[in-house]
Amino acid sequence: MQQRTVKDVRELQEITIKTDTRDILSHATIQAEGLEDYFLIDIDAHVTESSFWNEIIDLIDNDVIRQMGQAMMMRPGTTTALLNTQPGTLYQHVFGRIPHQAVLAEAVDGSESHRFTELARRSMDAMGIDYQVVFPTPMLVLGMHPQEEIEAAIGRAYNRWLIERILPEDERIKGLLYLPFNSPEAAMDIVRDFGNAKGVIGFTVTCTRNRPVHHNQYMKLYAMIEETGKPLAFHSGFHWGDPSFLQLNRFISMHAISFVHYSLIHLTNWVINALPERFPKLKLVWVESGLAWIPFIMQRLDHEFMMRVCEAPNLKRLPSEYIREMYFTSQPLERSNMKLLEATFDAIKAGTQLLFASDWPHWDFDPPSSITTLPFLSEQEKRNILGLNAARLFNLEVKRMRPRAKDVLAARPGVA
Amino acid sequence: MQSILIGKAAAFPNPGRKVVEVEGVSVGVFCRDGKFTAFENVCPHMGGPVCQGKIIARVEELIAEDKTSLGLAFSKDHTNVACPWHGYEFDIATGRHQGNPRLRLRPVTIEVVDGDLRVTLPEGTRERIARRRQAPLREVD
Repeated sequence: MQQRTVKDVRELQEITIKTDTRDILSHATIQAEGLEDYFLIDIDAHVTESSFWNEIIDLIDNDVIRQMGQAMMMRPGTTTALLNTQPGTLYQHVFGRIPHQAVLAEAVDGSESHRFTELARRSMDAMGIDYQVVFPTPMLVLGMHPQEEIEAAIGRAYNRWLIERILPEDERIKGLLYLPFNSPEAAMDIVRDFGNAKGVIGFTVTCTRNRPVHHNQYMKLYAMIEETGKPLAFHSGFHWGDPSFLQLNRFISMHAISFVHYSLIHLTNWVINALPERFPKLKLVWVESGLAWIPFIMQRLDHEFMMRVCEAPNLKRLPSEYIREMYFTSQPLERSNMKLLEATFDAIKAGTQLLFASDWPHWDFDPPSSITTLPFLSEQEKRNILGLNAARLFNLEVKRMRPRAKDVLAARPGVA
Repeated sequence: MQSILIGKAAAFPNPGRKVVEVEGVSVGVFCRDGKFTAFENVCPHMGGPVCQGKIIARVEELIAEDKTSLGLAFSKDHTNVACPWHGYEFDIATGRHQGNPRLRLRPVTIEVVDGDLRVTLPEGTRERIARRRQAPLREVD
């Protein structure tokens, strides 16, 4: 047996909040070496916002609300002024076990880009992503804010920040505009004022809210979005303060149910009130609830619809047939039972309707290998899910935008 | 197969951990109560760098004789390493996942020869990273 001395050996350090994204994800980069001829779009990723939240606060139009936010930011330790941070938010990193969820505190020295841009770029390079849609994490529960005007003010400021500061820096980063859904007029202002901005490929409603999507007050908004031709995404989240969830004593329990809970409610309202018939050209994307819930609601609604058609008289087809025409993002992909997963892919026509999402840097992120290693997918289906479906939906040019994986591996700080 | 010198066994921290890389292949060496174990630095979940994760005592829930919960407590007998990608926790003494023992880290041969701590570098590690899939929640191949 060949023996080597210790001088040939490099010692690797524990991964912490200060580890460079490219080192954390170096194994994903090794996986990406086999995807060099793939085109990849990541529809849902997030970035740490603590280092730039003051920039968003400064863009709030209303003088009084802006001053409120700025005053809050002056308090040492405050990173998300005006936001309604929820119980459980800080539980997500499993109490230090998953450092990248806690914060990406790595150095970005030498980069001329905004920290947000640089971190997004590093994650794209490391995972082999060509385009990525990014979204700030705590705004996912902004729909539960007791003050509608705060949601509207932050939502508009965030969109301005994204359009003015981030999107011009890197054409690989794309934006889905935040719609302050609790204020329909403000949401329409967003569509009208920013819908055509460079790099904006669609619109987002965060699901964590108690607003029925079928209410008449939203019909003008949907018509406006349909007119743009850009998709509307419903991005789910959790909310431990919801009365039903107050019975759940562990974060895992609440988190497992909460995302799906809100998606189930909004999708059910959307279908049963026949919004697909009213807005036949409006393309919907359901983000971050995994996939296992979809076959359930398809079967359940079909079953009950046949007995209670008088309650959904404008449906011309089975509920599941409308759902099959919607788009879904893949993360967090439930993979503990391949037979169930394969049946799910079949039920939702994943080959044309499923869009890869990483959710990086959240604790339950999925790298692209979550799709490429599925044994029941054809090569074309993998390519569709990883990028071609999204390119078609969001009208993005199929064009390689990322560096080669081997170059990313060679240049990462842990090696260089 | 290559044998890699880690250092003097007596100088290894106890408890402690060292992750070494040779030509892109990395191995985690762990020591607890003077006993050494070593595993490939590839999580059987999705291929993450598991051996570079947080080392932390196993969390247990204490149940009284009347079946009531006495709350959570750190184990005095078991220490886990948590994969930094997704938090999968493996006992550093056995390499087995705490909640699903069928899932385990791939062991690496480790021996003490004349006071020197040596590990045998596994082959095929990069291939295992590249093709790692999450699906089978069973024992690693």
